[in-house]
Amino acid sequence: MTDRFMLSRRQLLKTSAAGAALGLASASFPIGRAFAAAATVGFIYVGPKDDYGYNQAHAEGAAALKGVEGISIVEEENVPETVDVQKTMESMINLDGASLIFPTSFGYFDPHMLAMCAKFPDVQFRHCGGMWNKDKHPMNAGSYFGYIGMGQYLNGVVAGHTSKTKKLGFVAAKPIPQVLLNINSFLLGARSVDPTITCQVIFTGEWSLAVKEAEATNALVDQGADVITCHVDSPKVVVETAAGRGAFVCGYHANQSPLAPEKYLTGAEWNWAKVYKMFVDDLIAGKPLPNFTRGGLADGFVKMSPLGPAVSEPARKQFDATLAEMMKGGFSVIKGPLKSNKGIVVATEGQAFAETAIELESMDYLVEGVVGSTA
Amino acid sequence: MDATEIGLWGVPLAILGGAIRVSTPFIFVSLGEAITERSGRINLGLEGTLVFGAMSAYAVAVMTGSPWLGLLAAAFAGLCFGLFHGWICKFPKVNDIAIGIALMLFGSGLAFFFGKPFIQPSAPDLPAIPFGAWSDIPQVQAALDVNVLFLIGAALAAFLWWAFRNTRAGLILRVVGDSSDAARAMGLNPNTVRLAATGVGGALAGIGGAYLSLYYPGSWTEGISSGQGLMAVALVIFARWNPLGCFAAALLFGGAGALGPALQSVGVTQGYYLFYAAPYILTLVIMIATSSPSRSLAGAPGELSITK
Repeated sequence: MTDRFMLSRRQLLKTSAAGAALGLASASFPIGRAFAAAATVGFIYVGPKDDYGYNQAHAEGAAALKGVEGISIVEEENVPETVDVQKTMESMINLDGASLIFPTSFGYFDPHMLAMCAKFPDVQFRHCGGMWNKDKHPMNAGSYFGYIGMGQYLNGVVAGHTSKTKKLGFVAAKPIPQVLLNINSFLLGARSVDPTITCQVIFTGEWSLAVKEAEATNALVDQGADVITCHVDSPKVVVETAAGRGAFVCGYHANQSPLAPEKYLTGAEWNWAKVYKMFVDDLIAGKPLPNFTRGGLADGFVKMSPLGPAVSEPARKQFDATLAEMMKGGFSVIKGPLKSNKGIVVATEGQAFAETAIELESMDYLVEGVVGSTA
Repeated sequence: MDATEIGLWGVPLAILGGAIRVSTPFIFVSLGEAITERSGRINLGLEGTLVFGAMSAYAVAVMTGSPWLGLLAAAFAGLCFGLFHGWICKFPKVNDIAIGIALMLFGSGLAFFFGKPFIQPSAPDLPAIPFGAWSDIPQVQAALDVNVLFLIGAALAAFLWWAFRNTRAGLILRVVGDSSDAARAMGLNPNTVRLAATGVGGALAGIGGAYLSLYYPGSWTEGISSGQGLMAVALVIFARWNPLGCFAAALLFGGAGALGPALQSVGVTQGYYLFYAAPYILTLVIMIATSSPSRSLAGAPGELSITK
C-alpha cells in the first residue's frame, strides 16, 4: 500500500513539474512553439471521413496538410455533438499537444467549443460555420466558411435547363441560415433560366438519417420533381435514390458523380484544402490566425464538379457565363425585388446582397417559388 | 391530368410505398425478437446485430458481387451474435438485458471498425418484383416495387403465427418461455431451447440489416439503422408477442414514417417535427388504450425478465 502511494505521489510530482516546465516554455516562447518541428493540428468530424459528403470534404482538406513540413495532424471521426466532443478536444490538447483545432460540425460550437476556449486560452479553435461573433465570443475562437450558396446557384442554373417538369426537389436537414441560403440560391439559379420553376423542399430534421432521406427523395420524385439536390451530411443516399428513380441530381459537399455518372449534372463542392493551408501557413509563420474567414468561388474556397454528360449546350453556356461573372467577385444571389414565400419583402427594388453580406448568415426565410416552411 | 402530377394522391401512395419499403427491417427484427422473447429471454442487442448484418451483407456483396451471398453472410453473422448472447445468458445470475445492451454497443462498434473500407464502394442490390407493372403511372410502379425479403417476411410472420400454436417446436418454445420449471419437468433443457431461439432471432435480425444496406436505402453508412433495431424490439411488446401483430406493427411504423416527407412534398409544411413524431405518438396512444391496471400484459411470456 505504502509503496504504491509513494510511487503515485512521486509520479504526481514528476508530472506537475513537467507540466510547469511546459507551461513556462510556452509562456516565454509563444512563437517558438509555433516554429517547433511539431505543431499539431486537430480535426474533429461528426461522421465517417469517407461519407461522400461533408466530412469527406473536410478530411480531404486535412489530408492536404500531411505534406506540410513541421505540421502533424490528428483526426477523430464519428464524434457526436455532445460532451463527447469536449473530451475529444481535451485529449487532442493534453495528449497530442494540438495547438490549433478545427471542430468541423455545426453543433460543436455552443457550448462545447466555447467551454474549451475558456479552459485552454493558449489553444486556437476555428469552427466551420458562421457562429463566431467578436462581441460575444473569445478571441482564441473563430469561424471559417465558404459562400457555397454560389455553387447551389450554379447547380440551379443547370437544373433549370435540365428540368422538364419545371419542378425541382431539395432534401434539407435543418432550417438553419446556411441551408436556407442554399435552397434559395438553388431556386433563384433555376429561375434565372425560367421564372416559372418551383422548388419543393423536404426537411428531414437531422444531418444524417439514411432512411428518411431516401423517403424524402422518393416523395419528391413522386410529386414530379425531376432534378434533386440536397443539404445533408452524406448525399450518397439521396444521389443513389434519385438516380434510381430516373431523376437528375446536383451534388453537394463533395463530388458524387461516381455514384450516378449518367444522372449527375454538377455539384457544389468545398475546397477546404485551400482554407486549411492558409491557417497552417499563418501558424508556421507565427502570425495571429484570422478569427473570421470567408471566401467563395473566386477565392478557391468552393469549387464545382465537372459538368456531367446530360448537361445540354445552352446549360453549359449559361453555367460558364455565370461562373465567369462570379469569379469577378461581388455576385449577388439575393437581389430585389424579392419576396419570401410568405409574401414578406426580403429585398426591395435595387437592393442587393453580395455573397459577402453578413445579413445572409442570419437568413430565416425561403424565397417565393420554394414550397416549404422554415418551421 | 399529366401522368407525373398525382397531387394529394401522393400521400396515401407514399404511406403505402413507405410501409412496404421501410417496414422490412422492422419485420425481421421484430419476428426474431418475438421468437427470442417467447422463449423467455430478451435480446436488446438486436440493434447491434442489425448494424453488423448491414455491414457484413454489404461487404460480402461488394467482394463477391452477389447480394445473396451478402444476405447469407448477414444471417450467419446474426446467428453468431445471437448464439453468443444465448451462451452468456445461460450462466446463473447473468442479466439478459445488460448483456443485450453490451452486445448492441459491441455489434455497432465492430461493424464501424470492419465497415470502414466499404463506405465508398457500391454493392449490387437485392432484386425487387415489379407488382406495379399493370399501372402506367410511374409513382405507382415505384411504390409497388416489392423486395423479395418483404414477401419472405410476410410469409414468415404467418408461418410463425401458425407454428407457435400448432407445432411441437412452437409448444416447446412457449413452455420454456412460460415456465422453466414446467419445461424441466417435461424433460426439456430451457437453456438449449433459449440458445436456439436467440440464435434464430439474431439470424433474422441480420437479414433485416442486409435489407437496409442492400436494398433500401441501399448503401452502407454508419448511421444506416438510426435506432430501428431498438424500435423493433419495442414493437414486439406493442404487438403482444404475436407474429402477425409484429407484421402489422412494422407496416404501421413504416407507413407512419413515410407520412412526414410525403406531407411536406404536397405542401403541408408546417410542423414537420410533429409528423416525424407520429409513429411514437401512435405507439403511446395504443399502449395507453390497451393497458389495464388490473392485469399484467396480455400474452407476455411468464419467464420474461421484464414481467417478473
